[in-house]
Amino acid sequence: MARHYSALALVREGLTGHKGWARAWEAPEPRRRYDVLVIGGGGHGLATAYYLARNHGITNVAVIERGWLGGGNTGRNTTAIRSNYFYPESAALYDLGLRLYEGLSRELNYNLMVSQRGNLQLAHSLHDVDMGARLVNAMQINGIDARWLGPDEVHTLVPILNRGPAARYRVHGGIFQPRGATARHDAVAWGYARAASRLGVHILQGCAVQEFLIEGGRCVGVRTPLGEIRADRVGMAVAGASPALAAMAGFRLPISSYTLQACVSEPVKPVLNTTLISPPLGTYVSQSGKGEIVIGGALDRVPSYAQRGNLPVLSQVLSGLLEMFPDFRQLRLMRQWGGTVDVTPDSSPILGPSPLPGLFLNCGWGTGGFKAIPAGGTLLAHLLAHGSHHPISRPFDLDRFTTGRLIDEGAAAGIAH
Amino acid sequence: MQSFPCPFCGPRPETEFRHDGEAGKLRPALSCTDSEWSLYLRARTAARGPSREIWTHLPCMETFVLQRDTLSHRVGEVAP
Repeated sequence: MARHYSALALVREGLTGHKGWARAWEAPEPRRRYDVLVIGGGGHGLATAYYLARNHGITNVAVIERGWLGGGNTGRNTTAIRSNYFYPESAALYDLGLRLYEGLSRELNYNLMVSQRGNLQLAHSLHDVDMGARLVNAMQINGIDARWLGPDEVHTLVPILNRGPAARYRVHGGIFQPRGATARHDAVAWGYARAASRLGVHILQGCAVQEFLIEGGRCVGVRTPLGEIRADRVGMAVAGASPALAAMAGFRLPISSYTLQACVSEPVKPVLNTTLISPPLGTYVSQSGKGEIVIGGALDRVPSYAQRGNLPVLSQVLSGLLEMFPDFRQLRLMRQWGGTVDVTPDSSPILGPSPLPGLFLNCGWGTGGFKAIPAGGTLLAHLLAHGSHHPISRPFDLDRFTTGRLIDEGAAAGIAH
Repeated sequence: MQSFPCPFCGPRPETEFRHDGEAGKLRPALSCTDSEWSLYLRARTAARGPSREIWTHLPCMETFVLQRDTLSHRVGEVAP
Protein backbone atom coordinates (compact mmCIF):
# COMPACT_ATOMS: atom_id res chain seq x y z
CA MET A 1 0.00 0.00 0.00
CA ALA A 2 1.31 3.45 -0.88
CA ARG A 3 1.08 5.38 2.36
CA HIS A 4 3.81 7.97 1.86
CA TYR A 5 3.22 10.48 -0.93
CA SER A 6 6.26 11.07 -3.12
CA ALA A 7 7.25 11.34 -6.77
CA LEU A 8 8.51 7.76 -6.59
CA ALA A 9 5.18 6.51 -5.21
CA LEU A 10 3.36 8.39 -7.98
CA VAL A 11 5.50 6.77 -10.69
CA ARG A 12 5.13 3.33 -9.12
CA GLU A 13 1.35 3.67 -8.82
CA GLY A 14 1.14 5.15 -12.31
CA LEU A 15 2.77 2.02 -13.70
CA THR A 16 0.46 -0.30 -11.72
CA GLY A 17 -2.89 1.33 -12.44
CA HIS A 18 -3.20 3.43 -9.27
CA LYS A 19 -4.66 0.47 -7.36
CA GLY A 20 -2.33 0.60 -4.37
CA TRP A 21 -3.25 3.93 -2.76
CA ALA A 22 -4.37 3.65 0.86
CA ARG A 23 -7.35 5.61 2.16
CA ALA A 24 -6.13 9.03 3.29
CA TRP A 25 -7.88 8.58 6.64
CA GLU A 26 -9.66 5.71 8.35
CA ALA A 27 -13.41 5.55 9.06
CA PRO A 28 -13.32 3.75 12.43
CA GLU A 29 -16.09 2.62 14.76
CA PRO A 30 -16.38 5.24 17.49
CA ARG A 31 -15.18 4.31 20.96
CA ARG A 32 -17.42 5.14 23.90
CA ARG A 33 -14.63 7.10 25.59
CA TYR A 34 -11.78 9.30 24.48
CA ASP A 35 -9.20 11.39 26.32
CA VAL A 36 -10.14 14.38 24.18
CA LEU A 37 -13.10 15.01 21.89
CA VAL A 38 -12.92 17.77 19.28
CA ILE A 39 -16.18 19.07 17.81
CA GLY A 40 -15.79 20.34 14.25
CA GLY A 41 -13.94 18.67 11.38
CA GLY A 42 -12.75 21.81 9.66
CA GLY A 43 -9.17 23.02 9.56
CA HIS A 44 -9.05 24.16 13.20
CA GLY A 45 -10.60 20.97 14.61
CA LEU A 46 -8.44 18.62 12.55
CA ALA A 47 -5.31 20.65 13.30
CA THR A 48 -6.17 20.49 17.00
CA ALA A 49 -6.36 16.69 16.84
CA TYR A 50 -3.10 16.48 14.91
CA TYR A 51 -1.19 18.70 17.38
CA LEU A 52 -2.69 16.85 20.37
CA ALA A 53 -1.11 13.68 18.99
CA ARG A 54 2.13 15.21 17.71
CA ASN A 55 2.96 17.84 20.37
CA HIS A 56 1.39 16.25 23.44
CA GLY A 57 1.37 12.50 22.68
CA ILE A 58 -2.40 12.32 23.24
CA THR A 59 -3.69 9.96 20.56
CA ASN A 60 -6.94 8.73 22.13
CA VAL A 61 -8.73 11.57 20.38
CA ALA A 62 -11.83 11.85 18.20
CA VAL A 63 -12.90 14.62 15.83
CA ILE A 64 -16.64 14.67 15.14
CA GLU A 65 -18.07 16.54 12.17
CA ARG A 66 -21.74 17.15 11.37
CA GLY A 67 -21.22 17.19 7.59
CA TRP A 68 -18.02 16.37 5.74
CA LEU A 69 -14.42 17.38 6.43
CA GLY A 70 -13.65 20.95 5.47
CA GLY A 71 -17.21 21.58 4.24
CA GLY A 72 -17.67 24.76 6.25
CA ASN A 73 -15.51 27.84 6.15
CA THR A 74 -12.32 25.83 5.51
CA GLY A 75 -13.67 25.12 2.03
CA ARG A 76 -15.32 28.51 1.50
CA ASN A 77 -12.61 31.09 2.14
CA THR A 78 -10.29 32.85 -0.30
CA THR A 79 -7.17 31.11 1.12
CA ALA A 80 -5.13 34.19 2.05
CA ILE A 81 -2.46 33.73 4.72
CA ARG A 82 -0.93 36.82 6.34
CA SER A 83 0.01 38.31 9.69
CA ASN A 84 -0.28 42.06 9.02
CA TYR A 85 -1.91 43.01 12.33
CA PHE A 86 -1.42 45.97 14.62
CA TYR A 87 -1.26 44.63 18.18
CA PRO A 88 1.64 42.44 19.42
CA GLU A 89 -0.85 39.83 20.70
CA SER A 90 -2.33 39.43 17.21
CA ALA A 91 1.07 39.44 15.52
CA ALA A 92 2.23 36.60 17.80
CA LEU A 93 -0.94 34.61 17.06
CA TYR A 94 -1.20 35.04 13.30
CA ASP A 95 2.52 34.82 12.65
CA LEU A 96 2.58 31.49 14.48
CA GLY A 97 0.03 30.38 11.87
CA LEU A 98 2.07 31.75 8.99
CA ARG A 99 5.34 30.22 10.22
CA LEU A 100 3.73 26.81 10.67
CA TYR A 101 2.18 27.00 7.18
CA GLU A 102 5.66 27.61 5.74
CA GLY A 103 6.83 24.11 6.63
CA LEU A 104 3.49 22.33 6.74
CA SER A 105 3.42 20.57 3.35
CA ARG A 106 6.61 18.70 4.23
CA GLU A 107 5.55 18.03 7.80
CA LEU A 108 2.16 16.60 6.78
CA ASN A 109 3.53 14.93 3.61
CA TYR A 110 0.66 16.62 1.77
CA ASN A 111 1.01 19.33 -0.86
CA LEU A 112 -0.86 22.35 0.50
CA MET A 113 0.41 24.49 -2.41
CA VAL A 114 1.47 27.25 -0.04
CA SER A 115 2.53 29.99 -2.43
CA GLN A 116 4.25 32.98 -0.79
CA ARG A 117 3.57 35.68 -3.35
CA GLY A 118 3.01 38.39 -0.80
CA ASN A 119 0.05 40.32 0.45
CA LEU A 120 -0.65 43.90 -0.63
CA GLN A 121 -3.14 46.20 1.07
CA LEU A 122 -3.85 49.29 -1.02
CA ALA A 123 -4.08 52.88 0.18
CA HIS A 124 -6.50 54.95 -1.89
CA SER A 125 -6.32 58.25 0.00
CA LEU A 126 -3.86 60.28 2.04
CA HIS A 127 -5.64 59.09 5.18
CA ASP A 128 -5.07 55.50 4.06
CA VAL A 129 -1.39 56.39 3.57
CA ASP A 130 -1.09 57.69 7.15
CA MET A 131 -2.84 54.65 8.58
CA GLY A 132 -0.78 52.36 6.36
CA ALA A 133 2.53 53.88 7.48
CA ARG A 134 1.41 53.44 11.08
CA LEU A 135 0.56 49.79 10.46
CA VAL A 136 3.87 49.13 8.70
CA ASN A 137 5.72 50.62 11.67
CA ALA A 138 3.69 48.55 14.13
CA MET A 139 4.30 45.38 12.14
CA GLN A 140 8.04 46.00 12.02
CA ILE A 141 8.11 46.59 15.79
CA ASN A 142 6.20 43.31 16.17
CA GLY A 143 8.93 41.58 14.15
CA ILE A 144 6.73 40.96 11.10
CA ASP A 145 8.09 41.53 7.60
CA ALA A 146 6.40 44.66 6.30
CA ARG A 147 7.27 47.26 3.70
CA TRP A 148 5.61 50.42 2.56
CA LEU A 149 5.36 50.54 -1.24
CA GLY A 150 5.00 53.83 -3.08
CA PRO A 151 2.60 54.14 -6.05
CA ASP A 152 5.30 53.25 -8.59
CA GLU A 153 6.28 50.12 -6.67
CA VAL A 154 2.64 49.07 -6.40
CA HIS A 155 2.12 49.44 -10.14
CA THR A 156 5.34 47.54 -10.86
CA LEU A 157 4.13 44.69 -8.64
CA VAL A 158 0.61 44.75 -10.12
CA PRO A 159 0.92 46.10 -13.67
CA ILE A 160 -2.73 45.47 -14.56
CA LEU A 161 -3.95 47.89 -11.87
CA ASN A 162 -5.77 50.88 -13.40
CA ARG A 163 -3.45 53.90 -13.42
CA GLY A 164 -4.99 56.16 -16.03
CA PRO A 165 -5.86 59.79 -15.22
CA ALA A 166 -9.51 58.73 -15.12
CA ALA A 167 -8.91 55.96 -12.57
CA ARG A 168 -11.69 56.16 -10.01
CA TYR A 169 -9.65 54.60 -7.20
CA ARG A 170 -6.15 56.05 -7.41
CA VAL A 171 -3.44 54.16 -5.59
CA HIS A 172 -1.25 56.20 -3.25
CA GLY A 173 0.74 53.25 -1.97
CA GLY A 174 0.34 49.98 -0.17
CA ILE A 175 1.32 47.83 2.78
CA PHE A 176 3.24 44.82 1.54
CA GLN A 177 3.96 41.66 3.50
CA PRO A 178 6.33 39.56 1.33
CA ARG A 179 5.70 36.34 3.30
CA GLY A 180 1.94 36.57 2.70
CA ALA A 181 0.67 33.50 0.91
CA THR A 182 -2.21 31.55 -0.52
CA ALA A 183 -2.76 27.83 -0.15
CA ARG A 184 -5.08 25.11 -1.37
CA HIS A 185 -7.80 25.18 1.27
CA ASP A 186 -9.24 21.66 0.92
CA ALA A 187 -5.74 20.24 1.16
CA VAL A 188 -5.27 21.85 4.58
CA ALA A 189 -8.25 19.94 5.98
CA TRP A 190 -7.33 16.73 4.18
CA GLY A 191 -3.62 16.98 5.05
CA TYR A 192 -4.32 17.42 8.76
CA ALA A 193 -6.97 14.67 8.67
CA ARG A 194 -4.59 12.22 7.05
CA ALA A 195 -1.70 13.05 9.38
CA ALA A 196 -3.94 12.88 12.47
CA SER A 197 -5.49 9.59 11.35
CA ARG A 198 -2.02 8.09 10.93
CA LEU A 199 -1.24 9.07 14.51
CA GLY A 200 -4.34 7.19 15.71
CA VAL A 201 -6.96 9.94 15.86
CA HIS A 202 -10.54 8.87 15.07
CA ILE A 203 -12.32 11.04 12.49
CA LEU A 204 -16.09 10.61 12.57
CA GLN A 205 -18.05 12.33 9.79
CA GLY A 206 -21.82 12.73 9.62
CA CYS A 207 -21.83 12.91 13.42
CA ALA A 208 -23.66 15.95 14.80
CA VAL A 209 -23.82 17.02 18.43
CA GLN A 210 -27.38 16.55 19.72
CA GLU A 211 -26.72 17.37 23.35
CA PHE A 212 -23.85 18.05 25.74
CA LEU A 213 -23.50 15.52 28.56
CA ILE A 214 -23.15 17.54 31.75
CA GLU A 215 -22.47 15.80 35.07
CA GLY A 216 -21.71 17.67 38.28
CA GLY A 217 -21.64 20.95 36.35
CA ARG A 218 -18.94 19.64 34.03
CA CYS A 219 -19.00 18.71 30.34
CA VAL A 220 -18.19 14.99 30.10
CA GLY A 221 -19.03 14.35 26.46
CA VAL A 222 -21.75 14.66 23.85
CA ARG A 223 -24.74 12.73 22.57
CA THR A 224 -24.63 12.08 18.82
CA PRO A 225 -26.59 9.94 16.33
CA LEU A 226 -23.76 7.40 16.82
CA GLY A 227 -24.47 7.27 20.54
CA GLU A 228 -22.95 8.89 23.58
CA ILE A 229 -19.27 9.78 23.26
CA ARG A 230 -17.50 10.62 26.51
CA ALA A 231 -14.21 12.45 26.99
CA ASP A 232 -12.12 14.02 29.76
CA ARG A 233 -12.00 17.29 27.85
CA VAL A 234 -14.02 18.59 24.92
CA GLY A 235 -12.87 21.22 22.42
CA MET A 236 -15.13 23.07 20.05
CA ALA A 237 -13.99 24.61 16.75
CA VAL A 238 -17.23 25.14 14.84
CA ALA A 239 -17.01 28.74 13.51
CA GLY A 240 -20.48 29.85 12.36
CA ALA A 241 -22.22 27.18 14.46
CA SER A 242 -20.63 28.49 17.71
CA PRO A 243 -23.69 30.44 18.99
CA ALA A 244 -25.98 27.43 18.46
CA LEU A 245 -23.62 25.00 20.24
CA ALA A 246 -23.05 27.53 23.03
CA ALA A 247 -26.80 27.75 23.53
CA MET A 248 -26.90 23.95 23.73
CA ALA A 249 -24.17 24.06 26.38
CA GLY A 250 -26.06 26.73 28.33
CA PHE A 251 -24.09 29.92 27.73
CA ARG A 252 -24.03 32.86 25.34
CA LEU A 253 -21.09 34.17 23.31
CA PRO A 254 -20.25 37.66 22.04
CA ILE A 255 -20.55 36.39 18.49
CA SER A 256 -22.67 37.50 15.55
CA SER A 257 -22.95 35.24 12.51
CA TYR A 258 -22.72 36.99 9.17
CA THR A 259 -22.33 35.92 5.57
CA LEU A 260 -19.03 36.47 3.83
CA GLN A 261 -19.21 35.78 0.15
CA ALA A 262 -16.68 34.96 -2.49
CA CYS A 263 -16.56 34.02 -6.14
CA VAL A 264 -14.11 32.60 -8.63
CA SER A 265 -13.60 33.18 -12.34
CA GLU A 266 -12.62 30.87 -15.16
CA PRO A 267 -8.85 30.16 -15.24
CA VAL A 268 -6.71 32.63 -17.18
CA LYS A 269 -2.97 33.08 -17.77
CA PRO A 270 -0.90 34.53 -14.89
CA VAL A 271 -1.77 38.22 -14.44
CA LEU A 272 -1.73 38.80 -10.68
CA ASN A 273 1.26 37.72 -8.63
CA THR A 274 0.15 38.71 -5.13
CA THR A 275 -2.93 38.82 -2.91
CA LEU A 276 -4.43 42.29 -3.18
CA ILE A 277 -6.83 43.89 -0.72
CA SER A 278 -8.63 47.16 -1.08
CA PRO A 279 -10.27 47.81 2.29
CA PRO A 280 -12.46 50.77 1.23
CA LEU A 281 -13.94 48.77 -1.63
CA GLY A 282 -14.17 45.55 0.35
CA THR A 283 -12.38 43.76 -2.47
CA TYR A 284 -9.97 40.90 -1.90
CA VAL A 285 -8.42 39.30 -4.96
CA SER A 286 -5.73 36.78 -5.85
CA GLN A 287 -4.97 34.34 -8.63
CA SER A 288 -4.93 30.66 -7.81
CA GLY A 289 -2.27 28.24 -8.99
CA LYS A 290 -4.75 27.00 -11.61
CA GLY A 291 -5.21 30.56 -12.91
CA GLU A 292 -8.66 31.36 -11.56
CA ILE A 293 -9.19 34.87 -10.18
CA VAL A 294 -10.40 34.35 -6.61
CA ILE A 295 -12.49 37.26 -5.33
CA GLY A 296 -13.53 37.76 -1.73
CA GLY A 297 -16.22 40.14 -0.66
CA ALA A 298 -16.82 42.47 2.22
CA LEU A 299 -18.77 41.31 5.22
CA ASP A 300 -22.53 41.49 4.78
CA ARG A 301 -23.58 43.12 8.07
CA VAL A 302 -26.91 41.30 8.28
CA PRO A 303 -27.02 38.28 10.61
CA SER A 304 -27.39 35.20 8.44
CA TYR A 305 -26.79 31.46 8.33
CA ALA A 306 -27.90 31.08 4.72
CA GLN A 307 -24.37 30.30 3.39
CA ARG A 308 -25.16 32.26 0.27
CA GLY A 309 -24.38 35.82 -0.75
CA ASN A 310 -26.58 38.85 -1.05
CA LEU A 311 -26.57 40.75 -4.32
CA PRO A 312 -25.90 44.34 -3.10
CA VAL A 313 -22.57 43.43 -1.46
CA LEU A 314 -21.48 41.30 -4.41
CA SER A 315 -22.24 44.07 -6.91
CA GLN A 316 -20.31 46.61 -4.80
CA VAL A 317 -17.28 44.32 -4.56
CA LEU A 318 -17.31 43.47 -8.26
CA SER A 319 -17.83 47.05 -9.43
CA GLY A 320 -14.85 48.11 -7.30
CA LEU A 321 -12.81 45.26 -8.71
CA LEU A 322 -13.63 46.14 -12.33
CA GLU A 323 -12.82 49.78 -11.72
CA MET A 324 -9.37 48.80 -10.40
CA PHE A 325 -8.82 46.08 -13.01
CA PRO A 326 -10.53 47.08 -16.27
CA ASP A 327 -9.01 43.96 -17.91
CA PHE A 328 -11.23 41.79 -15.72
CA ARG A 329 -14.40 43.03 -17.47
CA GLN A 330 -14.08 40.10 -19.88
CA LEU A 331 -13.74 37.51 -17.13
CA ARG A 332 -16.57 35.06 -16.63
CA LEU A 333 -17.39 33.95 -13.12
CA MET A 334 -17.61 30.21 -12.57
CA ARG A 335 -18.93 30.00 -9.02
CA GLN A 336 -20.20 32.23 -6.26
CA TRP A 337 -20.84 31.16 -2.66
CA GLY A 338 -21.06 32.33 0.94
CA GLY A 339 -19.78 31.15 4.29
CA THR A 340 -21.12 31.85 7.78
CA VAL A 341 -18.47 33.72 9.75
CA ASP A 342 -18.45 34.18 13.53
CA VAL A 343 -17.56 37.78 14.26
CA THR A 344 -16.67 39.14 17.72
CA PRO A 345 -17.01 42.79 18.83
CA ASP A 346 -13.23 43.33 18.58
CA SER A 347 -12.65 41.22 15.44
CA SER A 348 -10.26 38.94 17.35
CA PRO A 349 -10.83 35.25 18.04
CA ILE A 350 -11.85 33.58 21.29
CA LEU A 351 -9.50 30.88 22.61
CA GLY A 352 -9.77 29.38 26.05
CA PRO A 353 -12.03 27.70 28.57
CA SER A 354 -15.76 28.17 28.12
CA PRO A 355 -18.17 29.01 30.97
CA LEU A 356 -18.93 25.25 31.07
CA PRO A 357 -16.01 23.46 32.79
CA GLY A 358 -14.45 20.77 30.62
CA LEU A 359 -15.40 22.53 27.36
CA PHE A 360 -12.81 24.68 25.55
CA LEU A 361 -13.41 27.22 22.78
CA ASN A 362 -11.74 28.03 19.50
CA CYS A 363 -14.10 30.42 17.72
CA GLY A 364 -14.76 34.01 16.74
CA TRP A 365 -12.18 34.08 13.94
CA GLY A 366 -14.64 35.95 11.78
CA THR A 367 -13.37 36.22 8.24
CA GLY A 368 -9.78 35.41 9.18
CA GLY A 369 -9.81 31.81 10.36
CA PHE A 370 -8.10 30.05 7.47
CA LYS A 371 -4.76 31.81 7.86
CA ALA A 372 -4.68 30.86 11.53
CA ILE A 373 -5.56 27.16 11.24
CA PRO A 374 -2.13 25.86 12.38
CA ALA A 375 -2.05 28.41 15.22
CA GLY A 376 -5.63 27.74 16.34
CA GLY A 377 -4.93 24.01 16.29
CA THR A 378 -1.67 24.34 18.23
CA LEU A 379 -3.25 26.55 20.90
CA LEU A 380 -6.49 24.58 21.35
CA ALA A 381 -4.39 21.40 21.57
CA HIS A 382 -2.33 23.06 24.33
CA LEU A 383 -5.49 24.07 26.19
CA LEU A 384 -6.96 20.57 25.90
CA ALA A 385 -3.71 18.88 26.94
CA HIS A 386 -2.92 21.11 29.93
CA GLY A 387 -6.28 22.64 30.82
CA SER A 388 -4.59 26.05 30.85
CA HIS A 389 -3.49 28.70 28.38
CA HIS A 390 -0.43 28.87 26.15
CA PRO A 391 1.07 32.39 26.54
CA ILE A 392 0.00 33.24 22.97
CA SER A 393 -3.65 32.32 23.56
CA ARG A 394 -4.01 33.95 26.99
CA PRO A 395 -4.94 37.46 25.71
CA PHE A 396 -7.70 35.91 23.58
CA ASP A 397 -9.60 34.43 26.52
CA LEU A 398 -13.34 35.05 26.77
CA ASP A 399 -12.67 37.08 29.94
CA ARG A 400 -11.46 40.06 27.89
CA PHE A 401 -15.07 41.02 27.22
CA THR A 402 -15.62 41.41 30.97
CA THR A 403 -12.28 43.02 31.85
CA GLY A 404 -12.45 45.32 28.83
CA ARG A 405 -9.00 44.31 27.63
CA LEU A 406 -10.12 43.99 24.00
CA ILE A 407 -7.78 43.43 21.07
CA ASP A 408 -9.62 45.59 18.59
CA GLU A 409 -8.01 44.76 15.26
CA GLY A 410 -11.07 45.91 13.33
CA ALA A 411 -10.27 49.44 14.48
CA ALA A 412 -6.49 49.21 14.78
CA ALA A 413 -5.45 47.42 11.61
CA GLY A 414 -8.50 48.53 9.62
CA ILE A 415 -8.63 45.03 8.23
CA ALA A 416 -11.99 43.92 6.92
CA HIS A 417 -12.71 40.90 9.06
CA MET B 1 -32.40 42.82 -4.25
CA GLN B 2 -34.70 41.94 -1.38
CA SER B 3 -37.64 44.09 -0.27
CA PHE B 4 -37.93 44.94 3.41
CA PRO B 5 -41.14 46.36 4.91
CA CYS B 6 -40.92 49.80 6.50
CA PRO B 7 -43.97 50.42 8.72
CA PHE B 8 -44.03 54.03 7.52
CA CYS B 9 -42.99 53.82 3.82
CA GLY B 10 -44.01 50.27 2.89
CA PRO B 11 -41.76 47.85 0.96
CA ARG B 12 -38.36 49.34 0.12
CA PRO B 13 -35.02 47.91 -1.16
CA GLU B 14 -32.84 46.19 1.47
CA THR B 15 -29.96 48.63 0.96
CA GLU B 16 -32.05 51.41 2.59
CA PHE B 17 -32.13 49.53 5.89
CA ARG B 18 -29.67 49.13 8.75
CA HIS B 19 -29.62 46.23 11.18
CA ASP B 20 -29.43 47.61 14.72
CA GLY B 21 -29.26 44.47 16.82
CA GLU B 22 -31.35 41.83 18.49
CA ALA B 23 -34.71 42.83 19.95
CA GLY B 24 -35.72 42.11 23.52
CA LYS B 25 -32.49 42.90 25.39
CA LEU B 26 -33.11 44.57 28.72
CA ARG B 27 -30.51 46.77 30.35
CA PRO B 28 -29.63 45.39 33.79
CA ALA B 29 -29.65 47.57 36.91
CA LEU B 30 -26.53 49.70 37.35
CA SER B 31 -25.70 47.67 40.46
CA CYS B 32 -25.11 44.55 38.29
CA THR B 33 -21.79 42.71 38.16
CA ASP B 34 -19.15 43.27 35.46
CA SER B 35 -19.98 39.95 33.83
CA GLU B 36 -23.72 40.73 33.71
CA TRP B 37 -22.93 44.09 32.11
CA SER B 38 -20.56 42.44 29.64
CA LEU B 39 -23.23 39.90 28.69
CA TYR B 40 -25.75 42.72 28.18
CA LEU B 41 -23.34 44.69 26.00
CA ARG B 42 -21.82 41.93 23.93
CA ALA B 43 -23.49 38.52 24.20
CA ARG B 44 -25.71 37.55 21.29
CA THR B 45 -28.32 34.89 20.80
CA ALA B 46 -27.43 34.83 17.08
CA ALA B 47 -30.46 32.63 16.43
CA ARG B 48 -30.29 30.20 13.54
CA GLY B 49 -33.79 30.53 12.07
CA PRO B 50 -36.57 32.84 13.30
CA SER B 51 -35.16 35.99 14.89
CA ARG B 52 -36.59 39.25 16.29
CA GLU B 53 -34.43 42.16 15.25
CA ILE B 54 -34.32 45.95 15.46
CA TRP B 55 -34.01 47.65 12.09
CA THR B 56 -33.94 51.28 10.95
CA HIS B 57 -35.17 52.52 7.58
CA LEU B 58 -32.50 55.16 6.90
CA PRO B 59 -34.39 57.55 4.58
CA CYS B 60 -37.23 58.09 7.08
CA MET B 61 -35.33 56.98 10.23
CA GLU B 62 -38.23 54.78 11.33
CA THR B 63 -36.95 52.24 13.85
CA PHE B 64 -38.96 49.04 14.20
CA VAL B 65 -38.89 45.40 15.23
CA LEU B 66 -38.81 42.92 12.38
CA GLN B 67 -39.36 39.16 12.42
CA ARG B 68 -36.79 37.65 10.08
CA ASP B 69 -35.49 34.17 9.40
CA THR B 70 -31.68 34.10 9.41
CA LEU B 71 -31.63 30.84 7.47
CA SER B 72 -34.09 31.61 4.64
CA HIS B 73 -33.87 35.47 4.82
CA ARG B 74 -37.70 35.54 4.73
CA VAL B 75 -39.10 38.63 6.45
CA GLY B 76 -42.28 38.45 8.48
CA GLU B 77 -44.19 40.70 10.80
CA VAL B 78 -43.26 44.28 11.55
CA ALA B 79 -43.96 46.16 14.77
CA PRO B 80 -43.08 49.87 15.16
